[in-house]
Amino acid sequence: MEINKDLIAASSTPIVLAILAEGDSYGYAILKRVQELSGGRMEWTDGMLYPVLHRLERLGHVEARWEIAESGRRRKYYSITPGGRAQLAEERRQWQAVDATLRGIWRALSLPVLASHPASDAPRAQGA
Amino acid sequence: MGSPDHAVSLEEQIDRWRNYLRRRQTIHRADVAELEDHLREQVAVLVDAGLATDEAFLVAVKRMGNLDALSREFAREHSDRLWKQLVVVPSESAEPQARTRTDAIVVFCLAVAAAVVVKVPALFGIQLDQDAGFYARNLSLFVLPLLTGYFVWKRRLDTGTIRWLAAAFVAAGVFANVYPFATEGYTETLTALHLPIALWLVVGIAYAGGRWGEVAGRMDFIRFSGELFIYYVLIALGGGVLMASMAIIFQSIGIDVEPFFESWLVPCGAVGAVVVASWLVEAKQSVIENMAPVLTRLFTPFFATVLVAFLVTLLWTGRGVDIGRNALIAFDLLLVVVLGLLLYAVSARDPHSPPGAFDVVQVVLVVSALLADAVALWAIAARITEFGFTPNRVAALGENAILLVNLAWSAVLYIRFLRGRESFTALERWQTNYLPVYAAWAAIVVIAFPPVFGYI
Repeated sequence: MEINKDLIAASSTPIVLAILAEGDSYGYAILKRVQELSGGRMEWTDGMLYPVLHRLERLGHVEARWEIAESGRRRKYYSITPGGRAQLAEERRQWQAVDATLRGIWRALSLPVLASHPASDAPRAQGA
Repeated sequence: MGSPDHAVSLEEQIDRWRNYLRRRQTIHRADVAELEDHLREQVAVLVDAGLATDEAFLVAVKRMGNLDALSREFAREHSDRLWKQLVVVPSESAEPQARTRTDAIVVFCLAVAAAVVVKVPALFGIQLDQDAGFYARNLSLFVLPLLTGYFVWKRRLDTGTIRWLAAAFVAAGVFANVYPFATEGYTETLTALHLPIALWLVVGIAYAGGRWGEVAGRMDFIRFSGELFIYYVLIALGGGVLMASMAIIFQSIGIDVEPFFESWLVPCGAVGAVVVASWLVEAKQSVIENMAPVLTRLFTPFFATVLVAFLVTLLWTGRGVDIGRNALIAFDLLLVVVLGLLLYAVSARDPHSPPGAFDVVQVVLVVSALLADAVALWAIAARITEFGFTPNRVAALGENAILLVNLAWSAVLYIRFLRGRESFTALERWQTNYLPVYAAWAAIVVIAFPPVFGYI
């Protein structure tokens, strides 16, 4: 399933912050976790994660450090900061509001929606 | 991992991929290392899943995403990286960092030394406001030996060269100070104006550091001089702002800081800034675009238009050139500007690229400047006996001849290049070979003019 670019971009911050809230991690492992959580439905282009991590680092939501991984290579680990946790809580409130709104309108419309294509059907449903 | 054969080719492929990434300005070395770690892990996982190494590599690269899109994304996050910043102390590796720090300390010491040297004569009772002539004659000697010293240190020149450079400065010191100049006379002013030009060649020899014999070495010095001039002007503007702010705030508490400016800040700052500006030019040369060629590109069409308009008006109205006392100097300055425009266009041009529209504009500029100067010289020649041969006029005439010869032959070479008969390097060689001529003439003015004209 293709998820709209804007949605990917908007959801990347809470997803990455939440994964880091589970414990320190690095790029490849974060992507693996996203795949796991979304059941493979969210396809991020691998490279694009790094600018996101760097933005969160600049904003002070995460901290980075270089460590020697068990493979013997230098690896950049990220960990969430107290500021990042606060941001995550805020994001969570906002996404819950969006989610609740959408749930409400899905129920009101009570249209039969194919479980696998809610995103692509949504605009048509609203237009009708 | 597969066979060792495969392992080697994977390393090679990753090497190539890494080098490709590094060429992108917005992706720094640390980012490349991070992405490489990702790539390697992805490859390892895919190989474990049963793919061959080269297949795994291809898939991993594909998953990394389009590199153009990726570097655009990096650019959005790190937009500062699109601006080339002058990092005086680079953070990358430790070894060059130590070197740049030593460099900065040496430059700072030399700038302070220049500022001290300029105040030393005051200890012996030679004050700036009373002996302006002394300071004017020796101005270049306050700072250029220190600047030369910087390049001697930086380029690790051998003692033989150092001896020659030192001899040149000693000779300059002698000729600037032994002659019994009439106070505020013509010859004294000429010495003050020409000594820096002659000594600039000495700085150039130190700057080129053994490459003075090569066209490229001298061309680098031309580039350095242009950038130095621009940086110096910028620093001077900054200094002006500093002094204006200082004057205003001290005035508000009733203290007049002007005497401090005149005897300390301006002379010390002016000489120290030469050293600092030179160091900045050295530090930034590969980091920031050269400014002089940019200004040249901007102004060459304007100057060409003005000169052509001047010639057309001259022909149309049939006016004779009204030669005043300073006409020669005015036309000298015009030729200097045209020469500068030509020189810095040449310095930035790729000698192998074919002739273009800008080259035609250059030729129009040079030829019209030559015609304008010829008209002026014609008018001056008619009245030169009436004016008399003062030292100023002879010096100006000599300079005009030197510039005229340079530009005339440059025009010939440029036209030959436009017609495909000569390579552009001929023009480069001509310009760089001509550098000693300016210094030689300046030296003649300093050494021979005062006795010939009786120190007036």
